[in-house]
Amino acid sequence: MGLPNTCFSTTLTINGVTTTIELDDPRVTLLDLLRERLQLTGTKKGCDRGQCGACTIIVDGRRVNSCLALAVSHAGADILTIEGVARGDRLHPVQAAFLAHDGLQCGFCTPGQIMSAIGLIQEGEAGDDPERVREGMSGNLCRCGAYQGITEAVLDAQAVLGAASRKEVA
Amino acid sequence: MKTFDYVRPASVEEAVAAAAQPGASYLAAGTNILDLMKGGIVGPSRLVDVTHLPGLDAIEDLADGGVRIGALVRNADLAHDRDFARRFPAVAEALLSGASAQLRNAATVGGNLLQRTRCAYFYDVASACNKRDPGAGCDARGGDSRLHAILGWSERCIATHSSDFCVPLVALDAVVEVEGRAGRREIPLEMFYRSPGETPERESVLDPGDMIVAVRLPAEAANFSAHARYLKVRDRTSYAFAVVSAAAALRLTGDKITEARLALGGVAMKPWRAREAEAVLAGARAEPSAFHRAAEAALAGAKPSGDNAFKIELAKRIVVRALTLAAAGTPARLPALPASPFAAVSGVAHV
Repeated sequence: MGLPNTCFSTTLTINGVTTTIELDDPRVTLLDLLRERLQLTGTKKGCDRGQCGACTIIVDGRRVNSCLALAVSHAGADILTIEGVARGDRLHPVQAAFLAHDGLQCGFCTPGQIMSAIGLIQEGEAGDDPERVREGMSGNLCRCGAYQGITEAVLDAQAVLGAASRKEVA
Repeated sequence: MKTFDYVRPASVEEAVAAAAQPGASYLAAGTNILDLMKGGIVGPSRLVDVTHLPGLDAIEDLADGGVRIGALVRNADLAHDRDFARRFPAVAEALLSGASAQLRNAATVGGNLLQRTRCAYFYDVASACNKRDPGAGCDARGGDSRLHAILGWSERCIATHSSDFCVPLVALDAVVEVEGRAGRREIPLEMFYRSPGETPERESVLDPGDMIVAVRLPAEAANFSAHARYLKVRDRTSYAFAVVSAAAALRLTGDKITEARLALGGVAMKPWRAREAEAVLAGARAEPSAFHRAAEAALAGAKPSGDNAFKIELAKRIVVRALTLAAAGTPARLPALPASPFAAVSGVAHV
């Protein structure tokens, strides 16, 4: 355990790239690390208190609120942010579905919505039931009220991803 | 946020020693304590990060038929564990009715038990709060007290315990395994929380350094799996704390109740076991008149702590509804809106 530290070296894999980061302050959240130190500003800071979901990222395969996660506690984590979901110019199916279904207006909550939707689809609990999708997305607020488009986008993306994975298997 | 020393112990023993120091707090996922630290409600001088300790994240079946849930098991992992959810469906339903998917993916079992109240006056550092600042007074008394306690409160504190998970746990005789400076001990969850009384700042029976390492459910708790529900009234349908909630579990022989379990959430500073109501139900027919008698017994000692007399009637109705749903049988699949009174058993679409 040792004495309390003042500087922490943390290795993270972010969007497939492994980086070692020197942290001079234990208070830094994953959100602030991404935005302020790594210039990955796609992940948004809304409430900074775990209530709005704008900061949602995927850590070790699970969607979480990056504003309530200390970077120092997540040494070794594999992190996926909105910057890492497209393949070059090819949008991720969830991104494409948000465009196709008008799942946004101002767009501020959208990176969090998309990361949350990717997590929801991976969890595989909602099926094609829009009510379960709404319930599963309730940790992401949209103040423009684009919820109907968001639900349609998630259902559509899920169908596309399901068809793609069936194709891979076949 | 005040700064702090960050320590990462290599063993439970090291963690207990580090956390026993004045000003130290444990850190698990941090979904509650980081929020409280950002708001200046708490300001630990040291955080003891237990998330890397080995052996605390398993869901184990015990030889006696019970289950042992490691303190670091994530809420979502427990709720989605098929075998656990089949045997303890009201616990899974309560877990899935709490917080958001993101928070459930992070939040731990131990952290859930030790989460702090969401009383707005506790959260507002400009308000007087005996829990945050012992002796300061209580601005919730006479304030906006609509959501406050109706059972077990004191003049010093009318806050409620916010956990959903703990409500079915206390109904099912869960036991908390604690490691402390004097070694390992076990505490029934029903005895784990203190009544606010004169010292609302002391919320549990834990001593400095004590660490929750597991929560156990006894084998008997699975005897209710066919008739167990959690029901929760919220100000919005999802992602909200309970105004009032109830866990109801029955063992039925025909239409006769062999054994009943009942606990209430959102009504007191602890998950409230309603043993008087259980006694009313034991041996009775599973029918509305018995459920109403049970509800009266469960709330017999209730009194408003402010502008919240409605919660007494609401709690009675939730008890009747939860017992009615439990008697009807645990659904094969949880409703789309877990624990919601707006969800039919089949999971009808909410408007």
